Amino acid sequence: MSTANDAPQRRGKAPAGERLADWADGRVGLYALAKANMRKVFPDHWSFLLGEIALYSFIIIILTGVYLTLFFEPSMSEVEYAGSYKPLQGVMMSEAYASALHITFDVRGGLLVRQIHHWAALIFVAGIFIHMLRVFFTGAFRKPREVNWLFGFLLLVLAIFTGLTGYSLPDDLMSGIGVRFMEGAILAVPVVGTYLQMFIFGGEFPGHDIIPRFFVVHILLLPGIMLGLVVAHLILIVYHKHTQYAAPGRSNNVVVGPPLLPVYMAKAGGFFFLVFGVITAIAATVTINPIWALGPYRPDKVSTDAQPDWYLGFSEGLVRMMPGWEWVLPGGYTLNFGLLIPVIVFPLLLVVIGVYPFFEGWVTGDKREHHVAERPRNNPTRTAFGMAWLSEFAVTMLAGGNDVWAVNFNLSINAITWFCRIGFFVVPPIVFIITRRWCLGLQRRDREKVLHGRESGIIKRLPHGEFIEVHEPLPPEKLYQLVSHDQSEPYEVGPEVDENGVRRRISPLERARARISRGYFGENAQIPKPTREEYQELTSGHGHH
Amino acid sequence: MKKLSARRRHPLAAFVVLLLALAATGGLYATLAPGEAKADNSAQSLAIEEGKRLYDVGCATCHGNGGQGSSDGPSLVGVGAAAVDFQVGTGRMPLQQPGPQAEEKPEVYSQEEIDQLAAYIASLGPGASVPEESLYDPAGGDPAQGGELFRTNCSQCHNFSGQGGALTHGKEAPNLHDVDPRYIYEAMLTGPQNMPSFPNTVLTEEDKQDIIAYLNEVNTSSSAHQGGLSLGGYGPVGEGLFAWVAGIGALVACAVWIGARSTKARKS
Ligand code: HEC
Ligand code: HEC
Ligand code: HEM
Repeated sequence: MSTANDAPQRRGKAPAGERLADWADGRVGLYALAKANMRKVFPDHWSFLLGEIALYSFIIIILTGVYLTLFFEPSMSEVEYAGSYKPLQGVMMSEAYASALHITFDVRGGLLVRQIHHWAALIFVAGIFIHMLRVFFTGAFRKPREVNWLFGFLLLVLAIFTGLTGYSLPDDLMSGIGVRFMEGAILAVPVVGTYLQMFIFGGEFPGHDIIPRFFVVHILLLPGIMLGLVVAHLILIVYHKHTQYAAPGRSNNVVVGPPLLPVYMAKAGGFFFLVFGVITAIAATVTINPIWALGPYRPDKVSTDAQPDWYLGFSEGLVRMMPGWEWVLPGGYTLNFGLLIPVIVFPLLLVVIGVYPFFEGWVTGDKREHHVAERPRNNPTRTAFGMAWLSEFAVTMLAGGNDVWAVNFNLSINAITWFCRIGFFVVPPIVFIITRRWCLGLQRRDREKVLHGRESGIIKRLPHGEFIEVHEPLPPEKLYQLVSHDQSEPYEVGPEVDENGVRRRISPLERARARISRGYFGENAQIPKPTREEYQELTSGHGHH
Repeated sequence: MKKLSARRRHPLAAFVVLLLALAATGGLYATLAPGEAKADNSAQSLAIEEGKRLYDVGCATCHGNGGQGSSDGPSLVGVGAAAVDFQVGTGRMPLQQPGPQAEEKPEVYSQEEIDQLAAYIASLGPGASVPEESLYDPAGGDPAQGGELFRTNCSQCHNFSGQGGALTHGKEAPNLHDVDPRYIYEAMLTGPQNMPSFPNTVLTEEDKQDIIAYLNEVNTSSSAHQGGLSLGGYGPVGEGLFAWVAGIGALVACAVWIGARSTKARKS
């Protein structure tokens, strides 16, 4: 409705709403935008909603965060607590902690909002995590979505650091222990550690600067970058269109699903309220980070059960697992391996996620676009990598909570730590092998099903007395789902000698690439899917078996 | 006191007198030091006698005759009445089986018997006596001050609000939920098993009372739970588990429900 002439003839003035819409449209071109996008479709599958859990909890975090910012005082100056929480009255503490207590006990709805904010943060990162797993295991990161994968990966990393800085703000005992831990990690960096520490903290630990600095990073810098990235992430999804699972009529070129408007928007809107509802219900009934019970931080105080929030549990675990080795170099420099090695492994564990699509792209040499999501079993090696990474993550998480498991399950903390030390090296390979075999088994079963149909549960006796189970052929949609995926060929380095019989120079990298590629698509890495001929021969000939 | 007069001619009376004399001379300090362990009246001596009888039956196998210790248990000379009151009153002693640390069990002895045992052990050598109620009454302490002291001295083992925590090799600092104030006081005074002791030179009587007041405020059945369910008070590990199991669990269920509630897909 960009011009008045287009509007249907009507007696009198148009309703106010319409006039407003017209006014706006003339200036921002809403209609054209809506027209283009109303007709977008979004494929329907529950696993495609996981990203939305992250998106909605992000919105909830921002809303509650704004409220908290109104009352929070990011200052390390000492005050005497005079609020309404009796067991702390008269205690000296930082203004930051006092204001967090003030929010908790003396601001209307403060405690609830604090708890929503924190629970939403845990659920946000968990949502990102399962969303990422969905994208990974279905190969939705393949061309053309590698860049969006990187955006997502950055969001994950930023979310972790936003969480870390937020956790440190109230300056309670747990925050302080966390910041101290981080300081130790920074100090363990060779050569520049001390300078870095002085730079970040603006002096000796804890100093007066760290909380105001973290405050700015937590409420402005990181959320600002994340907001931008989320928008870019969503724009790219619209631009690429969403991946979909295989079904008749859906292909790399045709997306099938309910239209974005109104069906999908209605669903998405409803889902927002469900996410908000679940998080609020949890926040209203379950305590999170009871800062009043933790007391103010002072460097001479520690507590058991001092852990970071779950998304940093793996860093805690790496440190708890690592033996406290130290070298004193001539000249009095100390190399503290107990922290240095975790400081190196920590980013590595994350970076492998970020670069994986590029690794796989290089190995397969696949330059095609992919818009159909793969079933995890149809790429056993990738699935096995994913599971191996997850198991590594799980081992470090286990180590990170070793004292809690020890107390609750009556185990020895030393036994748990040793289990994790060994498990760190042993568990991922085992998981890798098991997963890969499992996927191949599933592929074999799919092949059986296609060729011989589904077991119907009906037992038939043949004239000569043999009992057989009747297998029903699968319906065509099902058949399509089971055979529509493509099976790639492994990358080959080509002949060892060229046409003149001269040995070609093949770089070790190329050889490695061919080897890995065979690991993905070689003979032992996938079960050939049934061909049309095989299928016809079996189904047209003698029925069952 | 009829019983007493009857017992005066008991064959063991001489033994008791001898014992008293020993206690009086050997433990001169004990009698001079403040406390209730003064064994100068006959009720006390009777208690000691009864205590010894109980001791010989229940404890001597491990702690040796006369409490000098054996390969199965440490010497009890000089541990004082407070240690016995704590160890037996919380059911840790008599020890049932060797393990990483003495387990709490339902107590085996009545309070009267415990007092007798305590009197006997106290008679072996000077040690901390059972505190008077005015020393451990939570009402007399300052919880805020106690919280500070608790976080400085205790939370590295017992967690910030006394929920307990793991120590090395399967040992643990127990949850202090609803522990009787008297036992809290005695635990600090005597340092049971793997816990260090906090004699009055380290934590004054007032400090101890403050700590008791703090624990009374935050870790009893009647403590307020300001934020709702506390998930055991284990901090971020419990919270993380809950976020995954209940939070993400419920949200994925919602996603599956919404995903399943779809109009039949059609081409657009
Ligand atoms: C099965 C052997 C055993 C029996 C029976 C036993 N104890 Fe013990 N007791 C021990 C051991 C072992 C320890 C040291 C525990 C430790 O340090 O972990 C101990 C420690 C103690 C302590 C603490 C000592 C200190 O240094 O603070 C007291 C008090 C005590 N026992 C009293 C008793 C009394 C009273 C009885 C009888 C009712 C008794 N025990 C029965 C084995 C035993
Ligand atoms: C080095 C770690 C450590 C420190 C520090 C420590 N405790 Fe303990 N505490 C323990 C252990 C271990 C036990 C269990 C001993 C046993 O089983 O006999 C214990 C037991 C107790 C008990 C008995 C609990 C029960 O269930 O009967 C109380 C009360 C107690 N501690 C209070 C304190 C207080 C108060 C402080 C601070 C002043 C403190 N502890 C400091 C390790 C510690
Ligand atoms: C702030 C965090 C994030 C938000 C709010 C978010 C949001 C979304 C949403 C709503 C979708 C579409 C629905 C879906 O497929 O679930 C999506 C798709 C996608 N996300 Fe994310 N995401 C985040 C983090 C991540 C991360 C950590 C990764 C991977 C490292 C990632 C990679 C992708 C990719 C590749 C797609 C396209 C999937 C497809 O087309 O099948 N995202 N994201």
